[in-house]
Amino acid sequence: MTIKVSMKVNGKAAAAEVEARTLLVTFIRENLRLTGTHVGCDTAQCGACTVLMNGRAIKSCSIVAMQAEGAEITTIEGVAKPDGTLHPMQAAFKEHHGLQCGFCTPGMVMNALDFARQHPNPSEQEVREALEGNLCRCTGYHNIVKSIVAGAKAMGGKP
Amino acid sequence: MSTSLIGARVQRKEDYRFLTGAGQYTDDVDLPHQSYAAFVRSPHAHAVLKKVNIEKAKKAEGVLAVYTGADLANAKVGGLPCGWLITDVKGQPMKEPPYPSLAVGKVRHAGERVAVVIAETLAQARDAAEQVEVDYEVLPAVVDPRKAASSKGIHEIAPDNTCYVWSIGDKAAIDAAFAKAAHVTKLDLVNNRLIPNAIEPRSANATYSRASGDYTLYVASQNPHVERLLMTAFVLGLPESKVRVVAPDVGGGFGSKIYLYPEDVVVTWASKQLNRAVKWTAERSESFLSDAHGRDHVTTAELALDKDGKFLAMRVKTTANLGAYLSTFASCIPTILYATLLAGQYTTPLIYCEVTAVFTNTAPVDAYRGAGRPEATYVVERLVETAARELKMDPVEIRRKNFIRQFPYQTPVALLYDIGNYEQTLDAALKMADVAGFASRKQQSLKNGKLRGIGYACYIEACGIAPSNVAGALGARAGLFEAGEIRVHPTGTVTVFTGSHAHGQGHETTFAQVVADRLGLPIENVEIVHGDTSKVLFGMGTYGSRSIAVGGTAIVKALDKIVAKGKKIAAHLLEASEADIEYDKGEFKVAGTDKKKMFGEVAFAAYVPHNYPLDKLEPGLNENAFYDPTNFTFPAGSYVCEVEVDKETGTTTIASFTAVDDFGKIINPMIVDGQVHGGLAQGIGQALTEGCRYDESGQLVTGSFLDYTIPRASDVPMFQLDTRETPCTHNPLGVKGCGEAGAIGAPAAVMNAITDALGVKDVPMPATAQTVWRAMHKQAA
Repeated sequence: MTIKVSMKVNGKAAAAEVEARTLLVTFIRENLRLTGTHVGCDTAQCGACTVLMNGRAIKSCSIVAMQAEGAEITTIEGVAKPDGTLHPMQAAFKEHHGLQCGFCTPGMVMNALDFARQHPNPSEQEVREALEGNLCRCTGYHNIVKSIVAGAKAMGGKP
Repeated sequence: MSTSLIGARVQRKEDYRFLTGAGQYTDDVDLPHQSYAAFVRSPHAHAVLKKVNIEKAKKAEGVLAVYTGADLANAKVGGLPCGWLITDVKGQPMKEPPYPSLAVGKVRHAGERVAVVIAETLAQARDAAEQVEVDYEVLPAVVDPRKAASSKGIHEIAPDNTCYVWSIGDKAAIDAAFAKAAHVTKLDLVNNRLIPNAIEPRSANATYSRASGDYTLYVASQNPHVERLLMTAFVLGLPESKVRVVAPDVGGGFGSKIYLYPEDVVVTWASKQLNRAVKWTAERSESFLSDAHGRDHVTTAELALDKDGKFLAMRVKTTANLGAYLSTFASCIPTILYATLLAGQYTTPLIYCEVTAVFTNTAPVDAYRGAGRPEATYVVERLVETAARELKMDPVEIRRKNFIRQFPYQTPVALLYDIGNYEQTLDAALKMADVAGFASRKQQSLKNGKLRGIGYACYIEACGIAPSNVAGALGARAGLFEAGEIRVHPTGTVTVFTGSHAHGQGHETTFAQVVADRLGLPIENVEIVHGDTSKVLFGMGTYGSRSIAVGGTAIVKALDKIVAKGKKIAAHLLEASEADIEYDKGEFKVAGTDKKKMFGEVAFAAYVPHNYPLDKLEPGLNENAFYDPTNFTFPAGSYVCEVEVDKETGTTTIASFTAVDDFGKIINPMIVDGQVHGGLAQGIGQALTEGCRYDESGQLVTGSFLDYTIPRASDVPMFQLDTRETPCTHNPLGVKGCGEAGAIGAPAAVMNAITDALGVKDVPMPATAQTVWRAMHKQAA
């Protein structure tokens, strides 16, 4: 059974006929070919697929595309400015070496964006707790935590 | 360029694409007219394949083909080869059972591939895979390596499930030393089995062109040339010239992506059968079941000491679980990369190690970050710490008493350490960790209901297995050099091709720093290319912390040739003698004069050779080099860990972790720190949270991130790091390598701290709250 789904992704209208069981992450990766959103597990543990749905971080492997009908989705491709300038959170990850292989990075950044909007001046411990749902195997989290603390300050509570 | 790029915290060139979602990992690569593969995997650990019925699956919607082991066998597709031949104690070659890409006759581990279904869409392939009917006759499974040798053989060729029994050292001399020793410390240790879990699952996408007869395989690999060599020469019988292997952005490896895997073979072979691209990406549960695992040693270790704590001899007996089949480098991990590291940082004059490597009905076991060296360090450093406690000596002092201080140092287990200064890193670590203040912190912890412990680990690592001829004599079936090429473009920008492969290590930045520094060019003018057999001349890839020491040196050797040729060109342009030309910071100068030519001018002359010595010199400025090291490099370091154990629950927290490492010269300290952080987290994971478990029937019970706990952000602390530097003596950069250090040193430091906190001899890894609680209460009882 196919159904039509439509939503706004990174500010642009996106629609497709998909099988009803199509996950949001599959819609984003395969239908829209926005491959910055990654799939690292099949149990909603790793967080590599994190995107913003109506401004809140969600794991796009955990809902089907039709649950996002009419929603505003932001993926990692939609975070930098149109001229390519990095968002302050992205810039903080670069500055503090908060990424190595880069695979978990989009999910980390998307989760951090939602977290930092609500915690403009987070403690190290708050950041660690906020990363409960995002796994990284390269960095030992040390520099991810530093990046998010710095990125949150740079954002000053703004998106 | 006024300041050196060597030692500079240069931000990474690769970050922009990863931070904006523009990385291209294998699963991001879609090929025209692509189909999808789904593998049918055995639910049983050990079973006879009575019948594999593919008829229903073949007729399912969208299905293009279903293949079984019989199809591969009929097509003369070979089994997967092992890259290292170990010769056993009787001079016999190790047992090498066939390792077919799709099972033939029997399955030998849960998750082994029985058939592949290829369909128009991934959903169709997966749906149809469920239509494959397999009739299994379930056999008893061999799971515990300790029982393997006495169980019925799982391979015809190895009726006692023993791949080899191997040893190093003079057992009689060592037994005699033990008989005379004032004190013997003995430990029974299990080095827990780990599942690597790079966050990017394995993936492969192969295509074939009937027009040209060429294959292209995109694959998440740490070493595309090795993958191609193994697949073409040993499995598919194809000319290498017809196969291009591309390892694009790779999302972490940690060893697990070194190997040639059956899925890679199957999609490549199938792409020709179907004349279609065939794509497969592992689900995480497939990664758990079928990626090569790590560690899994059961060891009895003894250290003989005199009454003053001087080490006299070490005797180690290890059973190593190789899993169901021999993965690509499985055989050399518990031997060549393990027993040879048992000297550690100490002058122990006599060492004997016997290793029994066994087959079991579990996933193959191979190198995982550290690969043999964490296991060796765990043995040595647990023994040393325990001996100090038994002799009522300070664990720091017993180490000092036995440190190697004269270099070069020939260990009794084959390695020749070129240089080191172990006291220097230890002293720095003690200071940084404020060991002097430990007693008062312990008191404070106790007031809060916590037991505080301190543990040390002084590790030695051996990076960049070398030289090739020695490795060959020890059984290596491959060379262990690296290749590099420098292509100077007409306007003086540079593209560097390296056989090393980066999957998080930041080579595009570090290697560019080396080249830009040596040539005196802006780093923006240097591009690093890796991971594509059609671009890079050759490569042995990245593992064993070898990239900068071996790959970096190959680049330096090629740079030297560029400068040498540049001098010839400059001499002509400046009408000077070649001997008088000096190269410095981007300029070819006539010594003692102000006559000079810029690097770009020389490059331009090489490609527009109007004023050029064409009679003596070829145009162009492009050089390559192969570098085969004369020795390993030997990074070393000292780690201090403090833990707090909750007396009520057994929950262990890392209160602080200090690491002072000697990696020789450091190119980019920011990247090096990052490597250490990651290694430490994996080492702490091994000590506290990670433990692969199979049940008695061979079912993997830790088959997801819900059951197998890789560390989360709240499981690790902020790390305190520093470095000391004794430059490697036998490569031009003075570099040693840093990728695995953290994973090598951390487990022993953590477990020494936990056993100190509890006042017990041993606690098994992973020291989960339950395990620690049990250890506490066993002691009380």
